Amino acid sequence: MGVLCLIILALGPRPSVAMDADPKLSDPVLQETYERLTHEVRCLVCQNQTIADSSAPLAADLRSEIRKMLAAGSSETEVKTFLLDRYGDYVLYKPRFRASTAMLWLAPLLLLLVGGIALRRIIQRRADLPVPADDDEGSPPAAPSRS
Amino acid sequence: MLGQATLSAPCKQRRPDLALSADLTLRSESGTTAWRFLVPLFLFGLLVAVFVVGLGKDPTLVPSPLVGKPAPEFTLPRLDDPARTFGRKDLLGKTSLVNVWGTWCSGCRQEHETLLTLARDSGIAIFGINWKDDQQLAREWLQSLGNPYVAVGVDQEGRTAIDWGVYGAPETFLIGPDGTVLYKHIAPMTLDVWRTEFLPRIAAVGAEP
Repeated sequence: MGVLCLIILALGPRPSVAMDADPKLSDPVLQETYERLTHEVRCLVCQNQTIADSSAPLAADLRSEIRKMLAAGSSETEVKTFLLDRYGDYVLYKPRFRASTAMLWLAPLLLLLVGGIALRRIIQRRADLPVPADDDEGSPPAAPSRS
Repeated sequence: MLGQATLSAPCKQRRPDLALSADLTLRSESGTTAWRFLVPLFLFGLLVAVFVVGLGKDPTLVPSPLVGKPAPEFTLPRLDDPARTFGRKDLLGKTSLVNVWGTWCSGCRQEHETLLTLARDSGIAIFGINWKDDQQLAREWLQSLGNPYVAVGVDQEGRTAIDWGVYGAPETFLIGPDGTVLYKHIAPMTLDVWRTEFLPRIAAVGAEP
């Protein structure tokens, strides 16, 4: 029961601590884009936080920069390109697929493939093994009758 | 007891195929035994190698996409005289260092001696970007500790720092005579880093510092 509760808690929506004290953008669509973006951008000062969660001064600067760009009509892609040009792929929690990030994206698939092939071979080999004929050998004779 | 023995002996003779197949199974198993141990051992070794390499790396060092590209455009008011500016054009025509610092940054205090030494002995032009700092404190810092900089620009808002991809201080950029970013060093500057990372790159662009 306790374990179940923990699982439910872990899967449920987590309350996010907003470090963002700035007023919202007037356009609700832009505000939504802004919130989505800031939750995808890594704060490089504290690395395991998004800039939406981080209280680092740099995160605040980046939030205000993103807000300015969106208000000035920049698209989501333009904002991401802006950040990538300056901070590199690491700044996005979901990095682009490129030569340098290919392993990151493909490793899980490759491992699954290797595991699948290994599993298949093991199953096949087991299936090919002769069924041990242990009907009358090996098993202790059932109470020999001395008649 | 006797009855059992006499019973099993003719059994084995009657079914030689069973004995043979059991023997075969055994042999093929011993043939793959080596692999059964070697493959997991190899995979484990690979994993250990990955971890050992990973442990030796500093995750706070993020490679800059600016290296190899033109230094970003900027114009900042100078710390010594806000009426004058320091900008990208000041970097052209010579190899130079752009050092991002602040009086709030302990690593900057740590590297200050090194910067003074470099400015005096290597002759390279060192420029400073004073990042989100108290200007009065910054001026006092240079007065009391010595000033290694040819010019210092004040980046109060941190906007120029974003363009340079700065995410901590101190950071030191090596700029070629054509304004290309040749290298970025994250962490306090040391003479060791200067010799191993900066000098070869300066030599590669064929410029005397």
